[in-house]
Amino acid sequence: MSKSMSNVDVVDLAELELREVNARLQQHNGSEQGGHFRVINPNGAHAVACGLNAAVIVEIDGHTGYYAAGMNQAAEVTIKGNAGPGVAENMMSGTVRVTGDASQYAGASGHGGLLVIEGSASSRCGISMKGIDIVVKGNIGHMSAFMAQAGRLVVLGDVGADFGDSLYEARLFVRGSVKSLGADCIEKDMQDEHRDELAEILALAQVDANPADFKRYGSARKLYNFNIDNVGAY
Amino acid sequence: MADHDRILRTTPRKAATFDDHTLSEIRRAAATGIYDIRGGGAKRRVPCFDDLVFLGASMSRYPLEGYRERCETNVVLGTRFAKKPIELDIPITIAGMSFGSLSAQAKEALGRGATAMGTSTTTGDGGMTPEERGHSEKLVYQLLPSRYGMNPDDLRKADAIEVVVGQGAKPGGGGMLLGQKISERVAEMRTLPEGIDQRSACRHPDWTGPDDLAIKITELREITAWEKPIYVKVGAARPYYDTALSVKAGADVVVVDGMQGGTAATQEVFIEHVGIPTLPAVREAVRALKELDMHRKVQLIVSGGIRSGADVAKALAMGADAVSIGTAALVAIGDNDPLWEDEYQKLGTTAGAYDDWHEGNDPAGITTQDPDLAARLDPIAAGRRLANYLGVLALELQTLARANGKSHVRNLEPEDLAALTVEAAAMAGVPLAGTSWIPGTR
Repeated sequence: MSKSMSNVDVVDLAELELREVNARLQQHNGSEQGGHFRVINPNGAHAVACGLNAAVIVEIDGHTGYYAAGMNQAAEVTIKGNAGPGVAENMMSGTVRVTGDASQYAGASGHGGLLVIEGSASSRCGISMKGIDIVVKGNIGHMSAFMAQAGRLVVLGDVGADFGDSLYEARLFVRGSVKSLGADCIEKDMQDEHRDELAEILALAQVDANPADFKRYGSARKLYNFNIDNVGAY
Repeated sequence: MADHDRILRTTPRKAATFDDHTLSEIRRAAATGIYDIRGGGAKRRVPCFDDLVFLGASMSRYPLEGYRERCETNVVLGTRFAKKPIELDIPITIAGMSFGSLSAQAKEALGRGATAMGTSTTTGDGGMTPEERGHSEKLVYQLLPSRYGMNPDDLRKADAIEVVVGQGAKPGGGGMLLGQKISERVAEMRTLPEGIDQRSACRHPDWTGPDDLAIKITELREITAWEKPIYVKVGAARPYYDTALSVKAGADVVVVDGMQGGTAATQEVFIEHVGIPTLPAVREAVRALKELDMHRKVQLIVSGGIRSGADVAKALAMGADAVSIGTAALVAIGDNDPLWEDEYQKLGTTAGAYDDWHEGNDPAGITTQDPDLAARLDPIAAGRRLANYLGVLALELQTLARANGKSHVRNLEPEDLAALTVEAAAMAGVPLAGTSWIPGTR
């Protein structure tokens, strides 16, 4: 059942099965056609609004379970509430915004697009990220940016232990404190080009913060090729 | 030499415990300070399908005419939930091997050979290449912990999705591709700098355990409109529980890979000492499916050391729906061919023993990213060799099925088998030949 309210297609998860809801949201996949949807009564449902591949706008009124907006392409998804584990996992493009907090693995393995978390994110935020940009207004948990390959992770709050462990070429910006750095992650100089880069991401995320207040972290690139002298780091 | 000296001196004897290979490994470790890395699967002798025989037909079973009566070989995979199950002409598929570990020509050859015989190939830890998709009529796309190259467009292009939890060569270990093979194209597909040692994660980044996996599978189905069969591949660690949990998580197909199954590169100690052989793994996986009343509803693919139609037939008789081959397929297209013996010698090895696949110097042009070496493999001719080989496996499989009176290979059953060793009888759960004794039962 869906109701049209001023060009917004309202989709009710209390009345429809997940498959029907996602099929409706995915109906423009692969086409140029846009659309505007509001998903009501998500009640922590898993895999809501995943697999979108069109420039549609989706607002989810409430909390979501695992993998909301998973593998998103082109769509602009807003979760008005908290998001469960793996929000926007493997995102390719588009924007996903969480107005509350996010659980573990936010943006895991994301290849592109922008994920904004207005609250805090739990452990392993940005794990294996491959080009996605993630902006977290609050804090993030331990092992975040683990094996992060590419993209930018921006944190306005504090960061838990083992940040950026074994990371590759992802670039990390933190305004608050970092409990500890993981293997091969180091603090790097914050130069004008980095402040400009950060200002651009903050603007895209519509987050108000001064790039001058951030520190930059990245890979020391010492573990890129196996060296017996580094064996203690493994 | 005086007579009494000759009598007092025994012939030199090397210790069984410290054989030549062991001694050379100790010296190698002492010289380098690093463990040995190699490709392939377990090389030591383990209980295997050779330890079983078919009983054939006689008074109580009637055979089928070998050249007249039909014996079907097709299999349908993914009948549990997928809207579009895969139908294969033969129950022998090509296992996941990445572009990166293999050359583009080798991947193309696998696709051509499998397609000619109406069966599927599988991607690997490195994403799907357009060439691979183009040459494989039926292609299984792996979702691995690394998620290299993973994207929803390729998910939708796939004919099935395989969630890889582990592999037989190294249950609990992640992929490994050393810098020599990270060419510009491989690096780009994996979003990694060129030339670095790539050590894939051993756990998925966004799920842990079967409850999470169930949700992950739901997400994959939602992204692909519930069309694609979803396989879960596990290394043979605890196959009874791993199979049961895969079923619980919603798999359409479970793939169990024994310790003889190969890998592109891993520590030798991992390959030889973690995981169990294929033979007991099949039995345990089938036991789990039967106890759950899911045998034949969730299909079982078995891999790890499958070489002949006899291996295929025995796996099917024990309850598998299909098998998967990796190493044998590479050999069929030209891996370890004595044709290149001079070059194997220069690499310090010999044809049949070459396993430094991670170094990227494969004379046969298969496990390499060197353009000159890769150009040695003609994908059309190699594809034809693979098709021939698959054809022989199917003919052998049919021969054994007919000999046991079966008009379809899936009708092979444990009652058609006997074991030649007590170990095999215990592991496979079939009687020791000449007895009705299955160790572990009354």
